[in-house]
Amino acid sequence: MSSLQNISLPGPTITPVSKPFWDSVAAGKLSIQQCNSCQEWVFYPREHCPHCLSDDLTWKEASGSGSLKTWSVIHRAGHPAWQDRTPYVVGIVELEEGPSLLTHLLVKEEDLAYKMKVKVSFEVIENHTLPFFTKEETQ
Amino acid sequence: MSNRLQGAIIGIGELKPVRYSEGKTTLGLIAEATRLAIQDAGISKEEIDGLLVGPQVGETPQHVPATVSEYLGINPTMSNTVDLGGATGPGMIWRAAAAIQAGMCETVVCVLANKNEKGEALRSPNRNPIREFDVPFGASGANTSYALLKRQHMEKHGSTQEEFAEIAYWARKNAQLNPNAIFYGKPLEVKDILQSPVISDPLHLLEIVMPVAGGAAVVVTSEEKAKKSNKKPVYLKGAGEKITHRAVSQAPDIDALPFSYSIPHALKQAETYIEDIDLLSLYDCYTSVVATTLESTGLCKPGEFGEFVKNHSFGHDGDYPLNTHGGQLGFGQADLAGGMSHVVEAVVQLRGDGGNRQIPNAKQALVTGNGATLSETTALVLGGER
Ligand SMILES: [Zn+2]
Repeated sequence: MSSLQNISLPGPTITPVSKPFWDSVAAGKLSIQQCNSCQEWVFYPREHCPHCLSDDLTWKEASGSGSLKTWSVIHRAGHPAWQDRTPYVVGIVELEEGPSLLTHLLVKEEDLAYKMKVKVSFEVIENHTLPFFTKEETQ
Repeated sequence: MSNRLQGAIIGIGELKPVRYSEGKTTLGLIAEATRLAIQDAGISKEEIDGLLVGPQVGETPQHVPATVSEYLGINPTMSNTVDLGGATGPGMIWRAAAAIQAGMCETVVCVLANKNEKGEALRSPNRNPIREFDVPFGASGANTSYALLKRQHMEKHGSTQEEFAEIAYWARKNAQLNPNAIFYGKPLEVKDILQSPVISDPLHLLEIVMPVAGGAAVVVTSEEKAKKSNKKPVYLKGAGEKITHRAVSQAPDIDALPFSYSIPHALKQAETYIEDIDLLSLYDCYTSVVATTLESTGLCKPGEFGEFVKNHSFGHDGDYPLNTHGGQLGFGQADLAGGMSHVVEAVVQLRGDGGNRQIPNAKQALVTGNGATLSETTALVLGGER
């Protein structure tokens, strides 16, 4: 589909609230918010804690480790710019801290397993850095 | 104060789905579905004093009830936009009854319609936080979201591709008795479904609903007015609703999705049991939705829908009639109006107007609606008798 080759991959639409997240990702760190009132960890970034509605949230570096809750190998991309990269894998990772996030997995299809341990891996896609996840190697 | 819902459906109007509409407007389709519904109810448009519409995404983002009222030439004393994705249709029915009970109006038109033009651009450019935290990773659209839920079910419970394919098989089979269905005349075998292209693994093409143009309208009125109707009224006996999340990454566990609240609530309010339901009119944008919905009805335990679908038959003459109009998988999905097709079929069956797909002696139906990714859920119990 040559007409689509000039469509660029959609990057994050950064807001003032989410900027610390993307700044940390650009610096190779995964930071998420923690509530100072109830101590729960929070993702996606926001101004209020969804557990207690406190607005006292602090950005902290997360472990970057989690487990794979589910995944999909995408053959027909929902966004045309991603079609050239199919098949690729997206999934939902539950971080050690508790919150879940949707991410891109750099894991071979045959290695994907329910609840497998994964860790963050920062990848530069076009002009932006994104927190992808990869298999956590066990010693 | 009694919390028994009071309201009855006296009119239905449904447009035959077409793959693509040409030169149609959503307003025009809304008016056409409304005209059919009030004709069916045997009332004049002057008798409509309530209007519930859906969000016309990308067309009329605000003032939708006023825009539709003006187009229809009505002056409702209660109107609103119900915004629950695929749960909007069922969500409208109990809201209509509640507004009638509150004394704000007596006869409500609940209407949803959608045009579908070839090559039309994707709608809703801003879907934050999904746009910011899902799309950059390569996850866009409902196919991926529902694939993630299906994969989780398969991994957690050991459910199989064949078990999910059975659901699409029955939808197609039932659509063969509905000449209005988009897949009428096009039956499928389980193997066809399993051999269809994998779109977003583990979802196959033929497990995914077909977008069409169409629309549906339902007239809800007071029980007093329904008694004078020339159509057999269909009563709202119970409703349940629950919302848990928006983005699929924030969904609760596969066994704790919100139907596990809304369906039991509807049955309890109707003072009935799932065993006494004659039609399961279950929202089916994807096979995986029917699987988890069945598990929320109590007919089978979480994780056990596969065993259930293998051991039962789901035609109008089966032991568990399910989506006798073909479901959306067989009938087509006219965007938000797809959810209303499950209400319309329940009315058809409870009136006894099902013709060659009539369920013998159908007295009660369970109708479900689902929006976003099993996020917004509504369940209704409808009955042919009060
Ligand atoms: Zn808190």
